[in-house]
Amino acid sequence: MAATEAQFHVLAVDDSLIDRKLIERLLKTSSYQVTTVDSGSKALEFLGWNEDERANSNEAFISSKNQQVVEVNLVITDYCMPEMTGYDLLKKMKESSILKNIPVVIMSSENVPSRINRCLEEGAEEFFLKPVRLSDVNKLKPHMMKAKSKDVEKPEKQEKQDNNESTEEASSEIQLQTQQSHQTAQSNNKRKSMDDGPTPDRTRPRYSGFTVMSN
Amino acid sequence: MEVDQLQRNFLEYTNLLFREGFLDGQFSQLQLLQDESNPDFVFEVVSLFFEDSERLLNDLTIALDQQNVDFKKIDAHVHQLKGSSSSIGAQRVKNTCIAFRDVCLEQNAEGCLRCLQQVKQEYLLVKTKLEALLRVRVPHLFSLEQQIVAAGGAIPMLNDFC
Repeated sequence: MAATEAQFHVLAVDDSLIDRKLIERLLKTSSYQVTTVDSGSKALEFLGWNEDERANSNEAFISSKNQQVVEVNLVITDYCMPEMTGYDLLKKMKESSILKNIPVVIMSSENVPSRINRCLEEGAEEFFLKPVRLSDVNKLKPHMMKAKSKDVEKPEKQEKQDNNESTEEASSEIQLQTQQSHQTAQSNNKRKSMDDGPTPDRTRPRYSGFTVMSN
Repeated sequence: MEVDQLQRNFLEYTNLLFREGFLDGQFSQLQLLQDESNPDFVFEVVSLFFEDSERLLNDLTIALDQQNVDFKKIDAHVHQLKGSSSSIGAQRVKNTCIAFRDVCLEQNAEGCLRCLQQVKQEYLLVKTKLEALLRVRVPHLFSLEQQIVAAGGAIPMLNDFC
């Protein structure tokens, strides 16, 4: 399926206006469609999350309601937000059958290994230290591509899958490859963050007047 | 003024700000994100930073003026200021905020007052420098950046000269 030119839609969540402006610009520079909201609850609202537990756990219930939900390919959220943290938002999304397959990335200005691990264990794809840079945003595409390829084998096609073994093998092979590269990326992030230790601010080398650009 | 000369002046001034630690690499990242379709990006973000900072510094002044100082609230404000200064590359403001938070943890009101003074100072310093770089200060005098653009040049990045 050639979906190469289709635009990915990213939902960015941050209570800081400056950071919202920054992340929006970063994402738009990478040719993504962007929506920004200033809270976890607004994010859930935008994503079509329903308070009703039945709606979140029963896909049939949703389709029968004929809800028009905007497609979001990735959610990138700040960790520290009043009322609902990025972690809370992540958790709610993973508990929802309609939202759990949307990749989530967490951003934080604080390098706290236990926090990072908690988020990754809850299912966050990446953890970015703020301020977020273009090089970070460049890491998002694989997660969105992977989620999109997962979409192709949705439950509605389950009966077909059971009958067609060769397709299943091919698709699981693709998934395994992307999972491996994803895991490497994940463990790289973990290693990086754990080496940094519990310092409140990251120890990435500071620029001394020259821009180091990685192309 | 020749475009080349203006570009050199702009670079020299920016370089000076980097050397003196007022700005760090994040400011360069902002410049990277500015282009023909978003020509005022840096100016817009820096303006937001000014608004945000002045509000926070005001809130901090009020909070520290209370009979019973709410250190949690103070910490929250400083955390925000630290975040926004970090996001635009205002390094000295950011570092002062980091020290401020440590003092806040000790619940030391006197210390906090001193920190607030320091942050205000650092903020005013970087504000003056950024305004020189980006904004119209005197009606007939354009900022370096505007002069360059008006003369038909592009705003140079430090790495252009590497």
